[in-house]
Amino acid sequence: MNRLKLATVWLGGCSGCHMSLLDLDEWLIDLAAHVDLVYSPIADQKTFPEDVDLTLVEGAIANDEHLELIQDVRERSRMVVALGDCAVTGNVTALRNPLGEARSILQQVYIEHGDPRGILPSTPGIVPILVDQVVPIHMIIPVDLFLAGCPPSGPRIRAVLEALLAGTPPELVGGFG
Amino acid sequence: MAARTLTINGTLISARSNETVLEAAREAGISIPTLCHLDGLSEVGACRLCLVEIAGSAKLQPACHTTVTEGMEVQTDTPRLKAHRRAIVELLFAERNHICAVCVASGHCELQQLAVEVGMSHVRYEYLSPDCSVDISHARFGIDHNRCVLCTRCVRACDEVEGVHTWDIAGRGTNARVITDLNVPWGEATSCTSCGKCLLACPTGAIFSRGSTVAELERDASRIATIVAARNERW
Amino acid sequence: MEFQDLQIMAEQERSRRKAIRIHCCTSSGCQASGALELFHQLQAAVEAAGQNERVDIVGVGCMGFCGQGPMVSVEADGVLFEHVRPEQAPEIIASLDGGPCNVKQGDHAHPFFSRQLHIVRRNGGVIDPERIEEYIAVGGYQALYHVLHEMSPAEVIDAITRSGLRGRGGAGYPTGLKWATVAKSPGERKFVICNGDEGDPGAFMDRSILESDPHLILEGMSIAAYAVGADQGYLYVRGEYPLAIARLQKAIAQARKHDLLGSQIFDTSFNFRVDIRVGAGAFVCGEETALIASIEGRRGQPRPRPPYPAEHGLWGYPTLINNVETFGNIAPIITNGADWYAGIGTERSKGTKVFALTGKVRNTGLIEVPMGMTIREIVEELGGGTPDGTPVKGVQTGGPSGGCIPEALFDTPVDYESLAEVGSIMGSGGMVVMDATTNMVEIARFYMEFCMDESCGKCIPCRTGTVQMYRLLSKISAGQATAADLATLEQLCHLLRETSLCGLGQSAPNPVQSTLRYFREEYERLLRKRVRINLTSR
Repeated sequence: MNRLKLATVWLGGCSGCHMSLLDLDEWLIDLAAHVDLVYSPIADQKTFPEDVDLTLVEGAIANDEHLELIQDVRERSRMVVALGDCAVTGNVTALRNPLGEARSILQQVYIEHGDPRGILPSTPGIVPILVDQVVPIHMIIPVDLFLAGCPPSGPRIRAVLEALLAGTPPELVGGFG
Repeated sequence: MAARTLTINGTLISARSNETVLEAAREAGISIPTLCHLDGLSEVGACRLCLVEIAGSAKLQPACHTTVTEGMEVQTDTPRLKAHRRAIVELLFAERNHICAVCVASGHCELQQLAVEVGMSHVRYEYLSPDCSVDISHARFGIDHNRCVLCTRCVRACDEVEGVHTWDIAGRGTNARVITDLNVPWGEATSCTSCGKCLLACPTGAIFSRGSTVAELERDASRIATIVAARNERW
Repeated sequence: MEFQDLQIMAEQERSRRKAIRIHCCTSSGCQASGALELFHQLQAAVEAAGQNERVDIVGVGCMGFCGQGPMVSVEADGVLFEHVRPEQAPEIIASLDGGPCNVKQGDHAHPFFSRQLHIVRRNGGVIDPERIEEYIAVGGYQALYHVLHEMSPAEVIDAITRSGLRGRGGAGYPTGLKWATVAKSPGERKFVICNGDEGDPGAFMDRSILESDPHLILEGMSIAAYAVGADQGYLYVRGEYPLAIARLQKAIAQARKHDLLGSQIFDTSFNFRVDIRVGAGAFVCGEETALIASIEGRRGQPRPRPPYPAEHGLWGYPTLINNVETFGNIAPIITNGADWYAGIGTERSKGTKVFALTGKVRNTGLIEVPMGMTIREIVEELGGGTPDGTPVKGVQTGGPSGGCIPEALFDTPVDYESLAEVGSIMGSGGMVVMDATTNMVEIARFYMEFCMDESCGKCIPCRTGTVQMYRLLSKISAGQATAADLATLEQLCHLLRETSLCGLGQSAPNPVQSTLRYFREEYERLLRKRVRINLTSR
C-alpha cells in the first residue's frame, strides 16, 4: 500500500493549530504508520516537495512569502485543507485589517506606539514584505476542505484525517472560534 | 379562534388563524433559521433568513411576517433557500469584524450557531474589515460595533418591552450603526435605565456585560418573551 | 365656488390678457442657465420700449427642450428663442415690431416637438404655474367639478380603469385597480399620497411637472381622494426640489383660498386637505412603505409587503399612493373620457409617457410621447442621435433599477411589457443615451455605487450585498478580477433579486445583469488569470 504524503504549512498564525495537531499524542504514532510527513515546521525540509497528497495549511496570507508558498502548495498538493480559523477566515492575523494598509500599521506599531526614534523594519530578502490586507487562503488558491477552530481541537483534526485516510472526505461547517 | 390547515415541506399541519408561518412551523417541530426575529418583539422581516417558498407566490416571503392561510403550501428547506441563507450569513460575517476566537459570546452566539445551521464552511466574499468603535462608557455594559449585525433586536426590546427607546439606528447602508439617545456615548444616554434587556436581546457579542471575557457571555434571550407573556397575562 | 365662478374666473383671466404674451421658462433647468435674470431683463425691456400696455412677460413652466435653455416663446406667432442671454432681451422686444433679431430661433416643426403628444405636460411652457387663474383659464378644476357633481366614486374609478392608465412610478400597476382596492378597504379614514420623491439619476420628469403645473397634480389628487373616500392628502416631495415645493405651497394656498381645497369643495360634502412633506435626501423613500414611514415621522425604511398600503398604509389606514405623473393624467382622462385615453398607446400600455432624455444625445430635455414609440424613434428622431455623430451604443431606462438596452434592440417599443422583455423596465422615465465610447462596466459600477449609497441598511442582502457587488465591479474595472469574481458577482445578482426586502435591493442587480447580457465581452476582456494581492510599498 502506498503511504500518503502529508505536508503541514505554517503561514500567518500563532502555531496553535500545529500544537493542536501535536495534542493528538499517541495517535500520531498510528498516523505515522500511514503517512510520510514530507514538509512541516516540525520537520527539517526547506522546500515544498512535489507530488504531495495532502497539505494542512495553518495561518492566513500575511506577507509575500506566504503568497509564494501557497502557490507552490496548491500546485504540488492533491488536496489542500485550511486548518484553523486564520487559514479559513483570517481571524486574529487579520485583526490588523481595519487599521489600514500595511505601511500605516507598521508606522503605528514601530513609530507611533513604539520607539519614537524607531525605524520601519526593511531588510529585503530577509524580512518578508507585508500584504496590505490579510486574507484567508481561499482568496488566493482553491481550497478543498475548511477545518475551522481556534484552534481546531485534536479530536476534530483526527476525525478529519481519519476520514481522509479512509477516502471519505468529511463535510465540515461552522466551528469558528 | 379559527384553525387553518396547511402543508409545510409536504407535511400537513394545523395552525391558529392569526399565526405566522414561522410560529406554525416551530410548533410542528420544523426549524427555520432566524436572526432578527425574537419571541416577544415585533417582526421586521429584515434578516431574510426565514424566507420560504409559498406555492402560487413568485416572490419568497419571510415566514416571520406571513400569516398562515388555508391550504397554503410552504417549502422551508429547498436548495434555493439553503443557498440564499448560506450567502446571507456569509455576507454578515464579511461585513464587520466577527472574530469568534476573541469574542465574549463565542459558544453562545446566534451568528456562530447560524453558520453551522446554514452549512457555512468559509466566507466566499471579501472581508470589508471596517474600522468600528467600542463604547464602554456605560458602567455595566459595553457595545462593540465590530460584532453588531444590525438586527435591531436591542432597539425593539428597549422600545417595546422596556418602553424607553434609548436605542435606535443612525446612518444608512453598511454605515448604519445602533446608537444610544441622540448618538451620545452610552454612558451619557440619560434615557437608559440600565435594565439590560438589550443585552438579553443581542444575538451576538455586540452588547456585552463589562468584565466578561472570551466565551463567558451567556444570556437567555427567551427572558424577553417571558417578560412580555407575564405582562400580557397580568394586564 | 360654483361652476359658473370657474367660468367667470377664466373669462376675467382671458380678458385681462394683453395683445402679446411672451413666455419665459422659469423652471429649474432654465433658471440654472440664467432664466430669472432674463425674465427681469425682458420686463425691463418692455418697460423701456413703452410696450407695457401691449406686451406681457409671463414666467412659465418647462417647455421641455432643456438643453436649449433658457427658452423664450412668443405666444401668438409661435416664435421660439433658444439659449437666450439676458442682454438679448431688448432685441427680442424690438423684433415684435419687425426689428432685426439675431437670437437663435428654434423650430416647432423639429421632431423633438412635432413627434410629442402632450397630455400631462400640456400646460408646461404655456401657463404661469404660480397663478391659479391661469390654470383655471385653460379649463383647470372643471374635471374636479364634473366629478363631484356628476359622477359617483365608483364611476370615477370605472373611468380610470377603462382608460387603461398604469402607475407611472415604474412598476406599471393598473391605477384603476389600485383605486378600487383602496375604495373597498375598510377604514375610518383614508389617505391619498402623491409620490414626488423622484430620485433616479438623470430623471427630472416629476420635478418639471410639479414646477410647471402644480394645480394639475392637486386636481388629480382631489379626484382620487373623492374616488377612494379620502379627506387628507400628502405631497411627498424630495427636499432637493425647492422650486417645486415653493410652487406647490403657493398652489395649495391659492386652491384653499378659492375653496378648491378644504371643506365642502364646490358646495358638496367632499372635504380634502393637502399638506406637503419634504423628503430629506433618501432615495429609498420613493419606495411606498418607506415613504409612509417617513411621513409618519419615523426612519424612512421599507417594511415587508403584504399588507399593501392600499389596505394598511399611513398610520394603518387604507392609503392610495400614486406617482406625480400618474396624478397628472387624471384630470385629462376625466375631461376627455376614458375611451379617448385608451385610444392612445399600445394594447396594454395606454396614454403617454414622459421621459427625461439625457446623456450622449444632441437634444436633451423632457419629452412626452405616446406609449409604443420605439426607442430608435426617441433617440434618433427626437433626440437627434449623438452630438458628435459617434454611433449610439445603448440606452439606460429606469435608472438604477432599470437596464441597458443595446442599439440592436432599439426597435423595441416603449411599453411596460416590451421593456421588461429586453431586461429593463419602464421606470419613472429616465432615459440615458450612451455612445460607443461608453464603458459598460463603469456604467454598471456607477449604478451599483448609487444603490450601495442609497441602501437603507435594513435588510442584509441589500445592505452588504451591494457593497460586495460594488467592490467586485471596481475590481473588474481595474483589471484585478478573475473569472471566479465574475461568477460571484452573478450569484450576488441572483441573491439580491430574490431575497432583498424592497424594490431598491431587488432591482439593484438590473444594470449589472443587463450589461452582462448584452456587453459581456466588455467584462471578460478585463479579467485576469491569477489573483493579485497588494504588497505594502517600501
